[in-house]
Amino acid sequence: MQHIIAIDGAYSSPPCGEAGDEFKAMEMGFTFEGLSCPVPLPDATLDRIVLGHGSGGRLSHDLIRRVFLPNLSNPSLCALNDGAVLALPDGDGRLVVCTDAHVVRPLFFPGGDIGRLAVCGTVNDLAMMGARPLWLTAAFVLEEGLPIETLQRVVRSMQAAAAEAGVQVVAGDTKVVERGSADGLFITTAGVGWVPAGVEISGANARAGDVVLISGTLGDHGIAVLSEREGLGFETELQSDVAPLHELVKAMLTAAPGAVHALRDPTRGGLATTLNEIARQSGVAIEIEERAIPLHPAVQSACEMLGFDPLYVANEGKLVACVAPEAAEIVLAAMRAHPYGRQAAAIGRVKEGPAGQVTLKTPIGGTRLLDMLAGEMLPRIC
Amino acid sequence: MCLGVPGRVVEIFEQDGIRMGKVDFGGIVKEACLAYVPETEVNDYVIIHAGFAISRLNEEEAQETLAILREMGEDVPMGEFTSR
Amino acid sequence: MKYVAEFRQPELIHKLAGEIRRTVTKPWTIMEICGGQTHAFMRFGLESLLPPEIELVHGPGCPVCVTPLELIDKAIAIASRPEVIFCSFGDMLRVPGSHADLFRVKAAGGDVRVVYSPLECLKIARQHPNREVVFFAIGFETTAPGNAMLVWQARQQGIRNFSMLVSHVRVPPAITAILSSPGNRVQGFLAAGHVCTVMGYWEYEPLAERFRVPIVVTGFEPVDLLQGLLRTVRQLEAGRHEVENAYERSVTREGNRPAQELIARVFEPCDRTWRGIGLIPDSGWRLRPEFAAFDAENRFPVGDIQTQESSVCISGLVLQGRKKPHECPAFGTSCTPAHPLGATMVSSEGACAAYYRYRRSL
Repeated sequence: MQHIIAIDGAYSSPPCGEAGDEFKAMEMGFTFEGLSCPVPLPDATLDRIVLGHGSGGRLSHDLIRRVFLPNLSNPSLCALNDGAVLALPDGDGRLVVCTDAHVVRPLFFPGGDIGRLAVCGTVNDLAMMGARPLWLTAAFVLEEGLPIETLQRVVRSMQAAAAEAGVQVVAGDTKVVERGSADGLFITTAGVGWVPAGVEISGANARAGDVVLISGTLGDHGIAVLSEREGLGFETELQSDVAPLHELVKAMLTAAPGAVHALRDPTRGGLATTLNEIARQSGVAIEIEERAIPLHPAVQSACEMLGFDPLYVANEGKLVACVAPEAAEIVLAAMRAHPYGRQAAAIGRVKEGPAGQVTLKTPIGGTRLLDMLAGEMLPRIC
Repeated sequence: MCLGVPGRVVEIFEQDGIRMGKVDFGGIVKEACLAYVPETEVNDYVIIHAGFAISRLNEEEAQETLAILREMGEDVPMGEFTSR
Repeated sequence: MKYVAEFRQPELIHKLAGEIRRTVTKPWTIMEICGGQTHAFMRFGLESLLPPEIELVHGPGCPVCVTPLELIDKAIAIASRPEVIFCSFGDMLRVPGSHADLFRVKAAGGDVRVVYSPLECLKIARQHPNREVVFFAIGFETTAPGNAMLVWQARQQGIRNFSMLVSHVRVPPAITAILSSPGNRVQGFLAAGHVCTVMGYWEYEPLAERFRVPIVVTGFEPVDLLQGLLRTVRQLEAGRHEVENAYERSVTREGNRPAQELIARVFEPCDRTWRGIGLIPDSGWRLRPEFAAFDAENRFPVGDIQTQESSVCISGLVLQGRKKPHECPAFGTSCTPAHPLGATMVSSEGACAAYYRYRRSL
């Protein structure tokens, strides 16, 4: 851990777990969260990959710090943003490059499929850096025996999403693995976008005083996918929110140039994990208000039933923004005017305070700490 | 110790000789076993734990509880409720 | 959601909290038995509304946390067998045994599946007639009707490739154990509303009388919890010790009779070890002899797995509010969240895990 910090100047707060500040929070009388009963804390010394390593939460972060950063260290990677911003050799503006792997079961779910997910996920990673998405590449890992018709449907859906996002899939690759070596179909994408001069957006740029905005209801994607899962399934009209967000971002940036400081899409690990990432990267505290957070009633019900916290459930068509307070109303109005931001809401504030601390005010006025997702989210009986 | 959630029975049927039903939790509908609440009818509310209805909720008792609470004395102020 | 939203209304919550503050005149130590209630207290930040006189002690009512180490080791041994499909409630997968947890068994190739309802196991057993389907039947009284129905139906439907590993526990013997211990500090109990939904509350009447403690059957929403607390505090302040029902919409004195009947046909009482607490006489249920064929402990060679609970672990005392985590010699050394010795370190809501997490040494 020390080693990574030494190489990389991009960390402005201690990595997760080195929590002098959390200690202070305890002293201040907060209860804490992250915690369904029972969640043993994730074990950072695991010698095999477990599902929790893909949860987007604490175990994922441990893995990044244990395996990837020490070996592949460079300033762009260590900035820990969704994409790397790269200066062009000459000329104005910069390139953003990002990459993303997509696995989802089932491949087709209410409101989307793995193809649309792959395109939107990549476009959104670019958009969260303030970039205009230009090109994508896609590599397919196919399991022996996969019906060609299934692949056809997925690729047609990719094309439809790419057309909606105004990007082209300009290169690709295909590999086939033996039956049993993959779960039907995996897609890995890369995205290239362009950031105009003057746009400076990063998870490290949130400032005390910023208003935290969310573009709509939380958890729709995670619960829609779960509804189709064997053994847990249920009937619902809920649809995944999977959508490309670059136009929404463009509308926000146009409405108040320079006012949007940080953007991120709360995918795996949900809003709570994303806010923790921003708070750590930016070296700030964040306080949000539970009753301001928009939730679809079906998401609320599903979470009650399974013992999930919607703040940890994945989204694929939502963004969180930290916006200068004087421009918050204007940006919020611009979001609400866009089809993908109709239910946008102001949910909290960036504050000076213990770096990396995210707190939530409950509707009755209590306060609790919101930690990162602690591993795979599991239905509780307790 | 035991997560139990109230839902409304929307359909009752038999499966493998067991009394089953569909229960609406407000936007999501899930199958549950109704064998332990034989008196339950469609539109009744039940508590579901791990796929089993363990009770039929008593609407009168619920309303009475709430009515008593509403008549209770005034709140003691606890400071601010919101941050904004 | 009906029956949820009404019981989360901030104005009712604040009224109740105000009434508790008005009622209380001296310090009281009250235990909520149930892990689900502990969770709700934290999730809604309810403790911040309570007067300092009230000390809540979080009880041992989490079936996942108190499942004994030995049974988890047996579960891991069974789940590791190639012919087995091992089904479990989700939250059990992460609980560590002596050397591993079920997630690691899955990562190493074991077929471990999460089910929401125990009845799912029958479906899986029918779909895979050549595999052995095993269900990890943990739980308190609330979960027992479902697990009893599963075995009952397996027998009715002639499903032979199914068995279950039983780790059932019961609340009243645990309350007896807590109140009988010499250094007990608990003066009143919130009894678990869903356990009482199944079993009723008549069993608690002799306990309230014998130990002279108020026991209030309590639900799980904020209004329910504060109402349960208020009624407990009123009894304590008045010197009363009765069983009261503050979860009337779901609980009756006699409980759910059909559920109790099937439980009694399938299970019989037995002694049970609770993780980190030790053996509590008569505190469990096991399958009756006529269901022995469905007992995974008979079907698989796990008889020689004998894991001792740690002798240094003091989680039983921590659970009773009698010792602080850092007073344990194993705390932070041989006992950590990755290698917990007792229930209070297994659950991240547990006191020891909380202390460990915040590195609070004093």
